[in-house]
Amino acid sequence: MTHAHDVVPRAPSLDVDALLDDRSIRVVVCCGAGGVGKTTTAAALALRAAERGRNVVVLTIDPARRLAQSLGLTELDNDPRPVPGTAGEGSLAAMMLDMKRTFDEFVESNADATRAATILANPFYQSLSSSFAGTQEYMAMEKLGQLRARAIADQSWDLIVVDTPPSRSALDFLDAPRRLGSFLDGRFIRLLAAPAKAGGRAYMKVLAAGFGMFTTVLGKVIGGQVLTDVQIFVGAVDTLFGGFRQRADDTYAMLQAPDTAFVVVAAPERDALREASYFVERLEAESMPLAGLVLNRVQATALPDLDAATSTAAAARLEVGSPKSITAALLRIHADRIATFERQFRLVERFSAVHRGVPVATIPALASDVVDLAGLRAVGAALAEQG
Amino acid sequence: MAPYARPMPSSPRPDPEKAADREVDWDGVRLHVITGKGGTGKTTAAASLAIALATGGHRVLIIEVEGRQGLSQVFDVPPLAYAERRMAVAPGGGEVFGLAVDAEEALLEYLEMFYNLRRAGTALRRMGAIDFATTVAPGVRDVLLTGKAKEAVRRQQDGVPVYDAVVMDAPPTGRIARFLNVNAEVAGLARSGPIRTQADAVMAVIGSRLTAVHVVTLLEEMPVQETADGVQALREAGLPVGGVIVNQIRRPRLNRTNQTKARRHSFDVAAIAAELSSAGVLTASGTLAGSLVDVSGSTIVDVLIAEAADHAERVALEQRERENIQALHRPTYEIAFMPDGVDVGTLYEFAESLREQGMA
Repeated sequence: MTHAHDVVPRAPSLDVDALLDDRSIRVVVCCGAGGVGKTTTAAALALRAAERGRNVVVLTIDPARRLAQSLGLTELDNDPRPVPGTAGEGSLAAMMLDMKRTFDEFVESNADATRAATILANPFYQSLSSSFAGTQEYMAMEKLGQLRARAIADQSWDLIVVDTPPSRSALDFLDAPRRLGSFLDGRFIRLLAAPAKAGGRAYMKVLAAGFGMFTTVLGKVIGGQVLTDVQIFVGAVDTLFGGFRQRADDTYAMLQAPDTAFVVVAAPERDALREASYFVERLEAESMPLAGLVLNRVQATALPDLDAATSTAAAARLEVGSPKSITAALLRIHADRIATFERQFRLVERFSAVHRGVPVATIPALASDVVDLAGLRAVGAALAEQG
Repeated sequence: MAPYARPMPSSPRPDPEKAADREVDWDGVRLHVITGKGGTGKTTAAASLAIALATGGHRVLIIEVEGRQGLSQVFDVPPLAYAERRMAVAPGGGEVFGLAVDAEEALLEYLEMFYNLRRAGTALRRMGAIDFATTVAPGVRDVLLTGKAKEAVRRQQDGVPVYDAVVMDAPPTGRIARFLNVNAEVAGLARSGPIRTQADAVMAVIGSRLTAVHVVTLLEEMPVQETADGVQALREAGLPVGGVIVNQIRRPRLNRTNQTKARRHSFDVAAIAAELSSAGVLTASGTLAGSLVDVSGSTIVDVLIAEAADHAERVALEQRERENIQALHRPTYEIAFMPDGVDVGTLYEFAESLREQGMA
C-alpha cells in the first residue's frame, strides 16, 4: 500500500481516525471540484465514524444511483433514514438533498397556510426553488442548519457529514447562498416589487431620471409578466422570513465554528488540485477550520524503486529475444503505473510546497466504483491507514 | 432512429492528408458541443477537436462558458478575456481562436447590439439588475452563453462564414440538456420579449443539424452511466446527439489468455524471476539492481504479478463499459491515456488521431 508520505513527501498525514473520534467535532464538510469523489468520501467517512461508535448523519447531494441504494436511499424523502448493516455501537443515517422540497418546507414552516399556498403557486417562486443558480447551495446550507439544530435539540446525532453540490467551482458552496440571499433581500428585487418603497423619496429622486429607462430595459430583457410575479412573491414573503441574507450569514458563521472541520477532496490532477488550492486559500482567509486534503484515485505502487525508464528499457531488452515475453508485459504494466504515480507525485508535491502543513490522506485508485457498504468501508480503511 | 443518427465510422478511410477525399462523420455540423462528467477531460477533448477541425487551413473558434480558464491552461496561453484571440495554429495553415464567454459582458454586448443601450449598463449594474440577469435568474445566463455560440456560427464577412466550425467546452452531462434547451429554460421567466426571441434564435441553431453534442467519457462505470443518462436527456429534449469520445484509453498489455492467467495469479514465478535477471532488473544475488533499498526478487515478482492482476481486472471492467457504450449506438472515438500527462503537443497527437477516426 502506498502511504501519504510516499506520495506527498512534504505533507503531514491526515489522521482520519483522530478526526472522526474527536467528539468536539460535530460537522465535517467535504468540498472540492465536481467529479473528484466527494460523495464517496463523505459516505466513507460517515460510515467509518459510525463504526467507531459515533451517531452520524450524512447529507449527500447527488449520489450515484448504486451508491445511493447502498445507503438505503431508494426514495427522495428529504429526511434522514437509518442505514442498515453498520457494525458496532454507533449508528448511521443518510439522506439525499431535495432542494425544491427543502425550500417548500422552509416556506411552509415560516408562513401561514394561505400565504404559503400563494408563495408555492407563484411562478417566480417555482423558478427560484428549482432552477436558480445558487438555490442548491443555499438549500444544502439550510438543510445543514436544520440537521444541526435537530442534533442539538434531541441528541439524535453527534456528527454531521456533509457532501457539497457539484458546482463548477468548489467556492460556490461558500458564496452562492450569500449571493442568493443578498439578491432576495436586496434593493433590486424590492425595486422590481414596489419601486416607491425601495428607499424613500431621496433615493427615488436620485433614481428618478434613470428609472424610466430601468423599467424599459428590464421589460425588454425579461418580459413584463415577471415583474408581476415578483411583486406577488415579494409581497408574500416580505415580512415573513426575517431575511434570507441573515439566514445565509448565520449558516456561514456556523462553518467558522470550532466544531466544524473541512475536508477538501481532490483527484491528483492539475485542474482538481488547482480548485483545491483556491479552496484551501479561501478557508484560511475566512478562518474556517481545514482538517486536510483527501486525494482520491491515487495510483498506488508497492515498488516505487523500480522506475519507469528502467522498467521500459528492461522490457525492450526482453522483447528483442522473445517478443511475447510475459515478463516484458509485466514490466510495461509496471512502467505505465509508475509513470502515472510519478506524474501525480510531482503535482501533489507542488501543491504541498505551496500549502505547507496541510495534512493529506490518500485513497488508492480502485479498479471499480464503490457501490456498497463493503466498498465504503474499504475506502474508509484506506483513508485511516496513513495515520 | 433520430434524424441525426449517423453510421458508425467505417474504416479504412481515405487518405487523411487529401482534404478533398475525406469523408467525415460530422459533415455539415458547424457547432460541436462537448460535454461529459466532471473529470473526464472535456476541455482536452474540445481543444483536440478544435485543432482537428482547423487542420487543412480552416478557421475554428473554441469557446468556454464556465469561467474556469480551462482553455488557457490546456493551450498554455495567458488567460482569455472576452475577446476572440488566436490560440494555436493547425497543420496546413489552420487557426484556432479562443474565447471565454462572460455572461455579463455578453448581456452588455447584447443590449448595445439591439437597443444601443450599452451606457445603461452602468446604471443597471449599480441596481443589481445585471447581477440578477446573469447570475441568479435561471435561463438568462444560459441564453446569453449559448447565444454567443450561435452568433459565432452565424457570423459572416462578405457573405462567407467567419468560422468554419465552433467548438464549445460546455457544462457537464448532468446539466447539459437544461443548459442547451434554453427554450424550455426561459419559459418560466420570459414568456415573451427579446430574451424569448433570442432563445428561439439559439434553438434554431442548437436544435438543428448544424449542431452535434458529443459526450466525453472514461471507461468507468459512473462516467459511462452519466453518458447514457446525458444522451437520453438530450434525446428527450430533441437535441442533436453527436458521438461519444472515450478518453484515457489504456492499451491492454496482456493478451486474453494472459489476462486470465494474471487474474488467477497463475504465472510461472520462477520463469519471471529468471527473465528479470537476464534483463538486468535483478542483480546476481537476486535483489533489485541499482536500488539503495534492499528489495528482494520474490517481492518484485509478487508486486509485478499483483499489478498485472489489477491491470487485467481493469481491462475486463473496461470491456464491460465498452459494451455499454456500444449499446448507445453512437459513433465512438478514442483518445489515448497519457501516463505522463497532457501538454500542448499531446493535443496535436489527439487531433491527428480524431481525424484518422473520422471525427473531423
